[in-house]
Amino acid sequence: MSSKDIIIEKIRILKLDQKPLPEIPDFEGATDLIQEFCISIVSNKGEILSAEELIKKLESGIYPSIFSTDLTFEHFSNQALPVDVHSFSKLDLAILNGQFAVAENGAIWLEDSDLRLRAIPFITEHLVIVVSRDSLVATMHQAYDRIGDKHSGFGLFIAGPSKTADIEQSLVIGAHGAKSLMVVLI
Amino acid sequence: MSHPQEAAEFLKDSAKSKWHDDTLWFIRDKRDKMSHTIPEWEELRELASSIKDNVLGNLADYLEEFERNASKNGIHVHWAKDAEEHNAIVLSILKKKDCTAIVKSKSILTEECHLNPFLEKNGVEVVDTDLGERIVQFLGQPPSHIVLPAIHLKKGEISELFHERLGTEKGNEDPYYLTQAARHHLREKFLAAKVAITGVNFGVAETGEFVVCTNEGNADMGVHLADTHIASMGIEKIIPKRTHLGVFLRLLARSATGQNITNYNSHFRSPESGKEIHIILVDNGRTAQLGRENFRDSLKCIRCGACMNTCPIYRRSGGFSYKSTVPGPIGSILSPGLDLQKHSSLPFASTLCGSCTDVCPVKINIHEQLYLWRQEITKAQGTSIKGLSMKFGNGIFKSPLSYNYSGKIMRMALKNLPKSLIYNPLNVWGKQRDLPPVPNESFKEWVKKNRP
Amino acid sequence: MSHKSKPHIALFIPCYVDQFYPNAAIATLEVLEKLGCQVTYPMDQTCCGQPMANAGFERDTVGTTKHFIETFAAYDYVVCPSGSCVLHVKEHSPTAPGLEKEQKALHDKIFEFTEFMTDILGIEKIEGSFPYRIGYHASCHGQRGLRLSSSSELNEKPFSKAKKLLENLEGLEWVELARTDECCGFGGTFAVSEEALSVQMGKDRLEDHISHQVEILIGGDMSCIMHLQGIALRQKQSIKFKHIAEILNEILK
Repeated sequence: MSSKDIIIEKIRILKLDQKPLPEIPDFEGATDLIQEFCISIVSNKGEILSAEELIKKLESGIYPSIFSTDLTFEHFSNQALPVDVHSFSKLDLAILNGQFAVAENGAIWLEDSDLRLRAIPFITEHLVIVVSRDSLVATMHQAYDRIGDKHSGFGLFIAGPSKTADIEQSLVIGAHGAKSLMVVLI
Repeated sequence: MSHPQEAAEFLKDSAKSKWHDDTLWFIRDKRDKMSHTIPEWEELRELASSIKDNVLGNLADYLEEFERNASKNGIHVHWAKDAEEHNAIVLSILKKKDCTAIVKSKSILTEECHLNPFLEKNGVEVVDTDLGERIVQFLGQPPSHIVLPAIHLKKGEISELFHERLGTEKGNEDPYYLTQAARHHLREKFLAAKVAITGVNFGVAETGEFVVCTNEGNADMGVHLADTHIASMGIEKIIPKRTHLGVFLRLLARSATGQNITNYNSHFRSPESGKEIHIILVDNGRTAQLGRENFRDSLKCIRCGACMNTCPIYRRSGGFSYKSTVPGPIGSILSPGLDLQKHSSLPFASTLCGSCTDVCPVKINIHEQLYLWRQEITKAQGTSIKGLSMKFGNGIFKSPLSYNYSGKIMRMALKNLPKSLIYNPLNVWGKQRDLPPVPNESFKEWVKKNRP
Repeated sequence: MSHKSKPHIALFIPCYVDQFYPNAAIATLEVLEKLGCQVTYPMDQTCCGQPMANAGFERDTVGTTKHFIETFAAYDYVVCPSGSCVLHVKEHSPTAPGLEKEQKALHDKIFEFTEFMTDILGIEKIEGSFPYRIGYHASCHGQRGLRLSSSSELNEKPFSKAKKLLENLEGLEWVELARTDECCGFGGTFAVSEEALSVQMGKDRLEDHISHQVEILIGGDMSCIMHLQGIALRQKQSIKFKHIAEILNEILK
């Protein structure tokens, strides 16, 4: 008997009562989605930038190597998508598109098609995500409704820059992933 | 040493134990503030609890559904009946990949299975990449909290450690500086690792996907840079549908750290092209707990740690005092199921205040289960001196005559015997507390006189 | 309350209150009498069995439980100035074979003192003067077990049966603590089996009250009071301790 069979049998033999699944109500969430989203991003230690503010930063040269999948900022991109993402270990800035975002907690959803290579939002030193203000939803429930049963090999909610409070509960921004998250709402 | 002895030791350093208590209370307080911003908070807890009730009643079906869907999507599914088998499966994958150095993100399950020492004995270097976990790994300690592994350490201790291990400046305690040192050190490990191990926060039966939540991004750094991702999942971590993630992700981070969401919530459905994902479904005592009617609900746990943050005993005795992989209130109802003898003092390390039950996002009746474990433990112990004196107590209390007699004697003794006899070390109450001032008459005597 | 004849209330007094804190029991009795209740203290009563059950010997308290049910069977209500004892009777006493009906009836008619006042007697407010800074300590079993007041952990509208009874007293200052409802550390046999922790919790609880200039620590359960008072006396702290019934008894004439 395989371990699977042993485990399954141990469970089935108990003949436990089956309890029904509850219905999840339509919780409303905030009414001013943009305001709520911006508050969430800032409280997660991210930043909200306008497109103009981002362009100024890009033009200033503070990010020597930039990889952008977003069309608006594509001309700032000076890195091609590598075959092996290890080549991006010194990438200064990645600019990606988010599919939609959640107002209650600032979470932005990206899938394989948005990331190109899954490691990019983590390996880059700094991260910009561009997301449409019309795509905002209020709660995580609405977020999963929106994702539906779409099939992507990988999906990710990012809500802020990499952080840790493991040293005496002092919040440090920039643990292993991107040291900053800048969000541009278009 | 039993829990009371460990706790007494911990409290001897009164400054440190107060700091530990204050730090964890601060996190409990953040959790309260956050939960009060969600009007439907209590409803969410009820939903999460009901979803998990449904899971436990249909566990075999959901596990099989999960395996079918995960396999269809190209994930290799393994089953391990116990810790030994889990560890053997991990090693066999590493051997196949010819890999002798791995990175691992936080997985309490792998702690439970003692994976690290097993792999190290078999020639594999394991680097724990969660900052708190790397710190305790350097110190040769287990994590003292399931979410905040290094909560028992002050920055001075970490600074000293990093100076020794990473060559940081002696005496530099700045958390940002120390974290950057860890970032550089671990980035090298991430870039080199061909295999990365993670835990699993939720496995979704409907889609065969699994979700990993971190703030640091270390789980993702590891797996997306490696070629092979091994995920270890306890069989109780299954949830039925994708939409249920909405409920659990709204509750998890808020309960654990008072954040509205963890930074990264990665949903793994298929491997990246040319790579592999393996998931190991682990029993290791979970089916046995499922069979215990009184304690089955402990399997609803989503490992948020809120019960530890709120527990006045955990805060004042520290995770190590429990001597079990999962400490605190939830640990005290899980661990006796694994080893009743070893963990017999844990259910008594509680005043049954009930705070843990009130913060649990899946409404496990933790304090009730602590009470019920006490009944099991005394049964298993058979007659003991404590048992005898309790039986004797029942003898006194059953008959009014004997109770009145002994009560009077006790009051007389307290009034007339010299203080030294009452306050001797054998009288534990009197070590740091006075006995109550002795009244002239009992209430019964007053009633006889005043309400005949 | 509207009964054809006046309901007969039995007073249930925990063993240690009978022995060490008779004033709390006298106050409970006199308050109920002053409010027009017919109250009897059945002399036969002993203990509810809580210390033994919490130590893991619930199965050995059948005799105690039977005696308890029989003692209180004839009364319409049972009132007790202790939340933890009432909770024990309702939730942790073993089934008494042969007395199942009486046991169920007991569970429906037994009340802690403050909840009896607000929920059964329907007391909306109590008037009088009590010009002191008071800190209220609800026992965990009373608060989270019997839900005598809201818990800081839950997202619920704040309420407190004890506060309802005290808040209209002139001059009374209800002090807000840093940790609203942390356990005092008594916990029954815990007080002795985990003595170091128990005392530290008690010291911290006291410090919360004292640092907020509480003059009188009022409790709903003398077990908590006994523990906190024991520490305060040893540390020579001047804070006073009273059961809520004692305060109400001073106010009501």
